[in-house]
Amino acid sequence: MYNILVIIKKELRDTVKNKTILIQFILFPLLTLIMENAISIEGMEEFFFIKLFAVMYIGMAPLTAMASVISEEKEKNTLRVLMMADIKPWQYICGVGVYVWSICMLGAAVMGMLLPSSNRLFFLVVMGLGFVISILAGACVGIFSKNQMVATSLTMPVMMIFSFVPMLSMFNESIKKVSTIIFTQQLKLLFDSMSFAGCQKTGVSILCINAVMCAALFFMMYRKKGLE
Amino acid sequence: MIQCKDLRKNFDSHEVLKGISFDIPKGSIFGLLGPSGAGKTTLIKILMGQLAYDEGKVEIMDKNPEKLTGKDKKNFGIMMDNFGVYERFSCRDNLSVFADIYNVPKSRINGILDEVGLLDASKTQASDLSKGMRARLQLARTFMNSPEIIFLDEPTSGLDPQTMRGIHKIILEKKKNGATIFLTTHNMDEAYKLCDNIALLNEGKIVEAGTPKDICRRYDHQKKIKLHLQTGEDVEMERNGESADEISELLKSGKVETIHSTEPTLETVFLELTGRKLQEEE
Repeated sequence: MYNILVIIKKELRDTVKNKTILIQFILFPLLTLIMENAISIEGMEEFFFIKLFAVMYIGMAPLTAMASVISEEKEKNTLRVLMMADIKPWQYICGVGVYVWSICMLGAAVMGMLLPSSNRLFFLVVMGLGFVISILAGACVGIFSKNQMVATSLTMPVMMIFSFVPMLSMFNESIKKVSTIIFTQQLKLLFDSMSFAGCQKTGVSILCINAVMCAALFFMMYRKKGLE
Repeated sequence: MIQCKDLRKNFDSHEVLKGISFDIPKGSIFGLLGPSGAGKTTLIKILMGQLAYDEGKVEIMDKNPEKLTGKDKKNFGIMMDNFGVYERFSCRDNLSVFADIYNVPKSRINGILDEVGLLDASKTQASDLSKGMRARLQLARTFMNSPEIIFLDEPTSGLDPQTMRGIHKIILEKKKNGATIFLTTHNMDEAYKLCDNIALLNEGKIVEAGTPKDICRRYDHQKKIKLHLQTGEDVEMERNGESADEISELLKSGKVETIHSTEPTLETVFLELTGRKLQEEE
């Protein structure tokens, strides 16, 4: 537990200095604040920008942050130094994961402030769940990548699918059909209902399958490659 | 403190270490000299319990390295030539991370930075450090937990002579304080100056071992003395009693500018034993 806290502390210290990651964390909450307050079109869905950017935030920030942090440490050989200092690989991944999740939840809290108080808990629960799946996917990319360049080229297509497909599904029926198997699309549907009562069995099942698949892939890669 | 007996390690069908044996007493500096690809880093990894070995016996602090606990490993200090630092962190913050890991009071950081001559640069971001300063920061990190055993893999590789001398001074200071140091290098002067014992490693085999002076003496086949006279002439004489009077005469007459023995350097010994240079040109 202590080693996990040390990693969290280290990452927190790095947050302000690591602009690539910092932008990921603050971009969507900031965009939401601006757009939600600045744009109001007649007939537009209520809290349209919150729902839209929340899904993009889930698909983008944790994924890229996880992959970037892990691959950078691998590339610069600082991860080996940590391992030599008896930080276990699982402690490191947990530390980075908890850190990314916590920062993203802060961003989610900022976005949630724009919602009525009755919707906030639901919003945060769904966001929290989405972040976990995205973090697992990001960890897979980080474990697989030898350096940041590989991580970036792998993250890009995954991020595009997770973040943009739910948005594109609003304009195209075919994309909408395909997108139902992606967890971010299911999260978008949950945000549309904005209540625990609105959760449908199919949607929850797809979410669970996505989560299990990401977790299975993560454990498979972790067992096969570790953090070396 | 560290013992190796007939250690063997294979990577697939390639034998990387072929029956390595040595014994490093507590509080001494042991140097492993060999060209790139000789198996130095593999050996360090085995000693640190990072890599399993195939045959032989290895003991570090009376334990098999594979069975070392996290607590045992906290007695190690490791500096590998390819280890990085946190570029966006200052020197102080870099050490602060490891002070947290090792549960060392933060008040110790200044002392360590001072020890390696980086106190004035404590707030400098690591990415702005010169190569020499970066090496010193890595050394500082290595000493953070006051380790009993220190592994230094090419600590002065590519550094200027002044920085190198500074690092040598720090290493000798650590030895004085009781640390056991395992040093790999292909700098023969460094090994000669720092190490109590050395082993010459070539293609996974120790081809010679002993104190640097003994090894050089052992391969002094010429056993001659070279005198450089003020006239510019070089005179070679046998190193025996018969030449003593002649040398004495020359010295008394003030004709001698310099006297050298023909003892080989470690580099020459390595070349004689293996036909290879320690630091091969690329």
